Amino acid sequence: MEALLYLITTILKIVVIVLPILLCVAYLTYAERKIIGYMQVRIGPNRVGPRGWLQPIADTVKMMFKEIIIPTNANRLLFVIAPMLLIGPALAAWAVIPFNAGVVLADINAGLLYILAMTSLSVYGILIAGWASNSKYALLSTLRSAAQIISYELPMGFALVGVLMAAGSLNLGEIILAQEGGILHWYWLPLFPLFVIYFLSGVAETNRAPFDLAEGESEIVAGFHVEYSGMLFAIFFLAEYANMILISALAAIMFLGGWLSPFQGSFLEPVFAWVPGFFWLVAKMSIFLFLYLWFRATFPRYRYDQLMRLGWKVFIPITLVWIVVLGIAILAKLPPWFA
Amino acid sequence: MLANYFPIFVFIIIGLMMGIVLPTIGYFLGKREPDPEKNSPYECGFEAFEDAHMKFDVRYYLIAILFIIFDLEIAFLFPWAVVFKDIGMFGFVAMMIFLAILVIGFIYEWKKGALEWE
Repeated sequence: MEALLYLITTILKIVVIVLPILLCVAYLTYAERKIIGYMQVRIGPNRVGPRGWLQPIADTVKMMFKEIIIPTNANRLLFVIAPMLLIGPALAAWAVIPFNAGVVLADINAGLLYILAMTSLSVYGILIAGWASNSKYALLSTLRSAAQIISYELPMGFALVGVLMAAGSLNLGEIILAQEGGILHWYWLPLFPLFVIYFLSGVAETNRAPFDLAEGESEIVAGFHVEYSGMLFAIFFLAEYANMILISALAAIMFLGGWLSPFQGSFLEPVFAWVPGFFWLVAKMSIFLFLYLWFRATFPRYRYDQLMRLGWKVFIPITLVWIVVLGIAILAKLPPWFA
Repeated sequence: MLANYFPIFVFIIIGLMMGIVLPTIGYFLGKREPDPEKNSPYECGFEAFEDAHMKFDVRYYLIAILFIIFDLEIAFLFPWAVVFKDIGMFGFVAMMIFLAILVIGFIYEWKKGALEWE
C-alpha cells in the first residue's frame, strides 16, 4: 500500500514537471516565430486567437489529425521506435534538474553524469530514424548529424569537467550552492571560455541554426525526419525543443547559479528577497532560449568542414587549455571563487 | 541509496510512453489512405531507383573512433574532477601527464589530417 502510494506521488510529480515542459515547448515555437518575425520586420503568426496566441494549440490539433505515413521500404519497427528514443531521454533528463532549493524529483549524487548519459542518447534516435527511413536524404542527414553530435559532445564534456573541478560535486543542487554570493561569484566568470563553449556546443547538439546541417532544408530537405509525418513528426519537434530548454536550464544551473538571486551580497538583496528562486531560474533560462532564436535569425548556416573544424580544432583545444588553467587557479585558491 | 534512482526509472518509462501514446492518438485520429506513390520514399519527384542504404564516407568512421578515445578520456576526468580539491598537487600533476600523452595523440591525428574535410 505504502509502495503504491509512493509510486502514485512519484507519477504525479513527474506529470507536474512534464506538462509545463510540453506547454513551454508549444509556446517556444510561438515565441520563435514571433521573435524571428519581428527581427525580419514581419509580424509572425497573428490569425488564430488574439495576436496569434492560440497558434501552437491549432498546430497541435492539426498534427493529430494528419495521416501517419510509413514508407514501404522502411524498417517499420525501427521507424516507430526512433522518435520514442528521442523523446524519452529528452524528458527523463529533467528528473535531476533542481527548480528551487531542494525542489528536485531525484536528488542523486551522480546528477551531472546522468544528464550527460541522457543527452548522449539522442544520437541513437537520429541514427535509427535516418537508417530506418530508407531514404537517401535521410541517410545523408543522419550521418552528418551523428558525426556532428558526437564531435560536439567532446567540448561539452570537457566544459562539464571544468564545472566539476570548480564545484567538487556531481549533484546539480550542490553545484548551484557552490556558486553562492551574487552575480560575480557564479561560474560564468572564472569559467568564461567553458561557458561560451558549453552553450555553443549545446546549440550544435540540438541541431539548431547556425549548426543545423542535419536539416539543411535547401539541400537535403529537412534531413533525417523527411519521411516522418503527423504525430511521429511532432515527436521529433517536441524532442528538439525540449532539448533546447534542457540545455538552457543546464547552462543556467552550471554557469549562472540556477535559482540563486543575482543580487546576493549586495544592498539590493533584501529588496528582491520576496522573489522565488524558481523565477530567477526561468529568467536565466529565457536568456539562453532567446539567444537560440537570435542565432537563428542572425547567422547563416555553417558549411560542414567549417563545422568540424570549429568543434575539433577550436573548441577542444580551448577547453583542454582552460582545464589546466582552472586546475592551477584552484590549487592557488584564487579568490573569490576558489578560496 | 538506490531508492533515490526509482523516480528516474519511472520518469524514463513515462518518457518512452510519450513516444507510444502520442503516435497512437495520431494513428486513430488521422486518416489512413495508403497508396504506392505516397508511401514511396521522397526523391524530388523521381521514383526511387535503388536501395537507399548506400556506401558512405570512411571519415565518419574515423570521427566515431576518435570520439571514443576522447569520450573515454572525459570518463577518466570526471571522477578526478570531483575529488580534485582533496588530492591537490599530486593529483594535478598526475592528470597533467595523462593529458599530455593524449594531447600528443591529438596533435598526431591533427597533423595526419584526420580532422580535415577537404
